[in-house]
Amino acid sequence: MTQPIPLPLDAWHRAHGGRMVAFAGYALPVHYAPEGALAARCRGGVLAEHLHCRAAAALFDVSHMGQAILAGPGAATALEALVTGDIAGLAPGRQRYTLLTNEAGGIIDDLMVAALAPDRLLLVVNAANKAGDFSHIAAALPDRITLSPLADRALLALQGPRAAAALARFCAAAVALPFQGIGRFPLLGTEALIARSGYTGEDGFELSIPAAAAVTVADALLAEPEVAPAGLGARDSLRLEAGLCLHGADIDAATDVITAGLAWTIGKRRRATWDFPGGARLRDLLRTGPARRRVGLRPEGRAPVRAGAPILDPSGQAVGIVTSGLHSPSLGAPIAMGYVPAALAAPGTAVALGLRGTPVPARVTSLPFIPHRYA
Amino acid sequence: MPSPDIRYSRDHEWVRLDGDIATVGITDHAQEALGDLVFVELPAIDRVVEAGEACAVVESVKAASDVFAPLAGKVVETNQAVVDDPAVINGDAEGEGWLFRLEIDDPATLDALMDADAYAAFLSESEA
Repeated sequence: MTQPIPLPLDAWHRAHGGRMVAFAGYALPVHYAPEGALAARCRGGVLAEHLHCRAAAALFDVSHMGQAILAGPGAATALEALVTGDIAGLAPGRQRYTLLTNEAGGIIDDLMVAALAPDRLLLVVNAANKAGDFSHIAAALPDRITLSPLADRALLALQGPRAAAALARFCAAAVALPFQGIGRFPLLGTEALIARSGYTGEDGFELSIPAAAAVTVADALLAEPEVAPAGLGARDSLRLEAGLCLHGADIDAATDVITAGLAWTIGKRRRATWDFPGGARLRDLLRTGPARRRVGLRPEGRAPVRAGAPILDPSGQAVGIVTSGLHSPSLGAPIAMGYVPAALAAPGTAVALGLRGTPVPARVTSLPFIPHRYA
Repeated sequence: MPSPDIRYSRDHEWVRLDGDIATVGITDHAQEALGDLVFVELPAIDRVVEAGEACAVVESVKAASDVFAPLAGKVVETNQAVVDDPAVINGDAEGEGWLFRLEIDDPATLDALMDADAYAAFLSESEA
């Protein structure tokens, strides 16, 4: 077994009581057991960290994610050959969520693409797919356009309704960013690429900074009274409450964009030509309607229903599968996401979920479970 | 701290024997590793279990973990307090957070389990 790779904040996490686990080959805190003044602010653990993010602000280390610069004449157009989104139409200072697709319209990965300047894009991809994504993109690039992974940068996410107040004390200009805005700012003696975005459903910021500055920035943000550290556990429960997909769980290369309910990522201009991998198939699927759809699920009772559980129709037949499921800290009840036949996808539809061999009644619900509160 | 009259399994359960009644729970190490518990499912009264049989489930926000019967016996009592509030286990795993009581077949089988020192050594080995 290979040892998980430590990230720039490894010692920082451990010093703050981070319970480290291996995730996508990296060592990261699943939650914290803080002591002293920090424990008084947020006692730590997935539940408290999650609720602190919804109530105030949480600081996540997401340095495992893959960051890269795609640069050169026509970089946006070159990337459009691989993704669903309108990239050429991104004004400098704006970013969007998009999907790398395969020829079947399946989702190779989901990623953020930011226009930093004309012909200069920042890509942020999932840690587990980093190597594959970067070689897939590099292989498709014409001469003079280059993909340069930013291996020496950390990525922090400051999320929650008080995130802007905390960040404003160090970088007032960044707090003027609109949702999905991005810019380069001086921050605590370093330079930061700051985007107003995140993976929690809350207002917040993602800060790409030189690895050498990570401890300074993390220390400064954590010194603010609103901010508590939060780990991967809370990151997962927050994103599921927000109805956001986790690649490798809810979406993957075998799941097409339309079935996944992500047709909204296909830019208006891209729908005129469907000129990206799997485009023609996705155009047809959108027209005919997919056979299955991704839905939210609310099991009755208190038992969490986990990924892999079968979804049963009213006759008890297994017709779908849960792809994410956990106890929602905000709702105090189980929530899940999964795929059902289109005929069962309407909110309110009664289904059952197989839990250790026993069917648990559940309702199909719309997503998100907790309304988004973006800036 | 682990007390000497308690025995431990390699699956991180503890057992306290009073006559032929064994009280079973998960260890403090286990609750710490699992994090905040949010759901507990306990065996039915009168269920007969084999040693090593999965007979309860404790769940954190993210994951479900089986609890195994450390000894063979019959379930005679379960702790409703931890079903109502699983956080009781996080607060006092080896006391108030007990899960169920077994009327055990053979008290001598307890000797197969670890004492506190052996369990502590087992934990430091698995962390090494």
